[in-house]
Amino acid sequence: MAEPDSDDSLNPMSILIDELQNEDIQLRINSINKLSTIALALGVEKTRKLLAVVEEAIVREKAVESLRAISHEHSPSHLEDHFVPLVKRLVGGDLVNSRISACSLFSVCYPGVSIAIKAELLQCFRDLCSDDNLLVRCAAASNLGDFAKVLEIDDIKSEIIPIFSNLASDEQDSVRLLMVEMCVNIAQLLPQEALEALVMITLCHAGEDTSWRVRYMVADKFTELQTAVGPEITKTGLVPAFQNLMKDYEPEVRAAASHKLKEFCENLSADYRENVILTEILPFSQELVSDTNQHVRSALASVIMGLCPILGKDNTIEHLMPLFLALLRDECSDVRLNIISNLNCVKEVIGIQELSKFLLPTIMELAEDAKWRVRLVIVEYMPLLAGQFGLEFFDAQLHSLCMSWLVDHVYAIREAATNNLKKLVEQFGKEWALATVIPRVLTLSEEPNYLHRMTTLFCINVLSEVCGQDITTKHMLPTVLYMAGDPVANVRFNVAKSLQKIGSILENSTLQTEVKPILEKLTQDRDVDVKYFAQEALTVLFLA
Amino acid sequence: MNLERRQEHTICGLSSWSSRLGALTQDTLWCFSQLKGTVEIGATEADIISTVEFNHTGELLATGDKGGRVVIFQREQESKNQVHRRGEYNVYSTFQSHEPEFDYLKSLEIEEKINKIRWLPQQNAAYFLLSTNDKTVKLWKVSERDKRPEGYNLKDEEGRLRDPATITTLRVPVLRPMDLMVEATPRRVFANAHTYHINSISVNSDYETYMSADDLRINLWNFEITNQSFNIVDIKPANMEELTEVITAAEFHPHHCNTFVYSSSKGTIRLCDMRASALCDRHTKFFEEPEDPSNRSFFSEIISSISDVKFSHSGRYIMTRDYLTVKVWDLNMENRPIETYQVHDYLRSKLCSLYENDCIFDKFECVWNGSDSVIMTGSYNNFFRMFDRNTKRDVTLEASRENSKPRAILKPRKVCVGGKRRKDEISVDSLDFSKKILHTAWHPSENIIAVAATNNLYIFQDKVN
Repeated sequence: MAEPDSDDSLNPMSILIDELQNEDIQLRINSINKLSTIALALGVEKTRKLLAVVEEAIVREKAVESLRAISHEHSPSHLEDHFVPLVKRLVGGDLVNSRISACSLFSVCYPGVSIAIKAELLQCFRDLCSDDNLLVRCAAASNLGDFAKVLEIDDIKSEIIPIFSNLASDEQDSVRLLMVEMCVNIAQLLPQEALEALVMITLCHAGEDTSWRVRYMVADKFTELQTAVGPEITKTGLVPAFQNLMKDYEPEVRAAASHKLKEFCENLSADYRENVILTEILPFSQELVSDTNQHVRSALASVIMGLCPILGKDNTIEHLMPLFLALLRDECSDVRLNIISNLNCVKEVIGIQELSKFLLPTIMELAEDAKWRVRLVIVEYMPLLAGQFGLEFFDAQLHSLCMSWLVDHVYAIREAATNNLKKLVEQFGKEWALATVIPRVLTLSEEPNYLHRMTTLFCINVLSEVCGQDITTKHMLPTVLYMAGDPVANVRFNVAKSLQKIGSILENSTLQTEVKPILEKLTQDRDVDVKYFAQEALTVLFLA
Repeated sequence: MNLERRQEHTICGLSSWSSRLGALTQDTLWCFSQLKGTVEIGATEADIISTVEFNHTGELLATGDKGGRVVIFQREQESKNQVHRRGEYNVYSTFQSHEPEFDYLKSLEIEEKINKIRWLPQQNAAYFLLSTNDKTVKLWKVSERDKRPEGYNLKDEEGRLRDPATITTLRVPVLRPMDLMVEATPRRVFANAHTYHINSISVNSDYETYMSADDLRINLWNFEITNQSFNIVDIKPANMEELTEVITAAEFHPHHCNTFVYSSSKGTIRLCDMRASALCDRHTKFFEEPEDPSNRSFFSEIISSISDVKFSHSGRYIMTRDYLTVKVWDLNMENRPIETYQVHDYLRSKLCSLYENDCIFDKFECVWNGSDSVIMTGSYNNFFRMFDRNTKRDVTLEASRENSKPRAILKPRKVCVGGKRRKDEISVDSLDFSKKILHTAWHPSENIIAVAATNNLYIFQDKVN
């Protein structure tokens, strides 16, 4: 390798740095990937510093990550000689970006250095936490927990807690909301006695913050807070806080709290859990069921079924079923869907009879909803329902529904319904298919609408697999062959495609005597696509 | 003062001169500095300037035009050698920001005209600005390149690939200086978030977010995220037949990153705090002046529509422009403005004809000077007006080619309303309504103004007496 120039022109590091700004993304990525190797080999501080100042956040973040990785390779004296000065330079930098990058570097170099340097680093960190620039304070705030992890308990109490209090009452809500998560991190490091005094007070303030985003964070991190503070404080402090969040006037906060409802209840201590849920939580949930905002109701609907196993059969029937019913009749289809999709836990608890009693009308309604995506979810849910309810029930109540989907206006529904048939046959068997499904499918081939006639072919495609050679040859093949004379070309070439598909399970004699002549006739069709697919089928089936 | 004495005075006072905050005192005179733009013949509609904006230091001046182009001028460094030229603006970068598009679903053309440009505060060596047309906001990075790598192993100096077999030694590429090249690259494209036409963009003081406003909605964006934005204001009624007012302009508070204002076509301003709720449908403050019954006419509602709203640099006041006046409001007082300035009240009796030629719908902008002591706005006949809030004096100046000799002092203009017309005055009926000054900008700390007159950009500076 040639020697680097000894004059002022920049060394190879600059090329890499230059390529970091290259328009070609691949070059930029290559440079970043090579950074830690090269930095270790050459030990160039300038590289690290320049990268930490680049405006593209992703580049900065990768650079900082690399620096953190490198720091582990440093011996304590190296850290003091090289790494800490680097951090100090970044802290003292004019550009905001350098100070932001510095925030993430404290936790990795603090443990290895001397007491004196530790004090200096702490001071630097304190400065960043009270920086004028909002973005710097936010970066420092988000690293508070990480930094606290490498400190001694006493230091946490004397250094971190005051910083935490200051940031938690920062005038900007962007900083305050970060403190909620930090609260969780710090709470995990402190002994129980210290928690009540500090954490709960901060939590209460945050829960009543005038900025909705801070309250939202409290709701979002609620279950983590619950784990961090333990059962005693949960009962006395967190339950009232949760109630407040559920009746917050900002819908975003109520929705966030609703999302956490099930988890919060599950994590309550078993000795008081049932009581607390029934007396403290459910009344508020009832209010949320008729919340004006649909996202809140939707969030509630997605989790509330999870309370059934916790409360048991009697409580479920008495207290939860009314809520489910109300949500099932909600005007917003998302809400109704969320209930339907989570029925399993309810079924386990109260049994299929009770379930089907209140469920069926709504399923029927949703299955005919004006929005096709709503109908689609029901179609896709059908095999599961069928499996849970059993054959008799299905035949009585749901069968005609499944058949009607085959002629839905929307193709996506017809397609899903076809696949649905396959799963049903897999569950209930081919005898059942022969008795109930296949006749209906075959009558579709007489429909005036060619789309329905094609549906017959698509159904036969999937049914042939599960029904086997016998049924296919005796009952389905004749119809396929008959449809080769259909007036619409789309139907005819789909016949060719169908024959190609089901040909693989037919007997060779059948292929030769019945399939081949039809396909050969289709190769002489006046439509070019029919000819193409017919030829294709002949080739694939080795009949050509 | 003769020329030499003025120069002497200038040499001594140069440093204080360039850092003096603008103030329109009795002694302030404005003179012509530069004229940018195409000559009259050959000017197309695409050259019409649609927005003008200084950056935060005043070093750069950006213009956008109807053809979707952005031109950035940079102020040259002042030197002792050329004391009579106070830092002129020269072209720094030109690029095509937006192209015309076609909305297939609605069979409508989307114009490439740049509606607004806003600069971001500088965070490193490159400059960033937001430019927007009716539907799409783009973040542009303007950076300088003055070095390039030379001495590649596999490429020769012209960039042709070398045959690897001919290489006998390896060398490391080094960076060598080159002629300064300014390149503009689109860094982010924020699209598909607005059903209606975007009228404003405003960068937040948190440097992380910005908002874009159309007729009925305001969206909040994060600079890093282009596929998602939060809707913070939505005034679309459930039944469009009930629509009575639209959003005309919006701006973030210069220091409080959670406060913003938006103005409406009904002459009202709403101030919202984003901390109060996620969807700022309920305003925190509502500014409206009760209507003066004596002035009521068929056109009252149209001329009360606010075309521009701007916070003062201090953040204490807002200024609004409606068709005939400029108003200054104190944020602490909602029921009326603290100052009202008549821009061209002589048009009040002409509203009918102005309605017929659509001029009544012209959207004039307004600007503050760096110390919030003087406000400026445009008018017709290439006139523009300045109002000194302290002395209560006002002046009308004209941007015209006749007054475009270097350092020529602009003579105040006067419109005669009726009766005897003096020699230098112009009568209302002789005003050219096709020459309108809608867009102006004031340097953040000095008395330098940029005035867009159709396809020309005039730069004026003050003169010390």
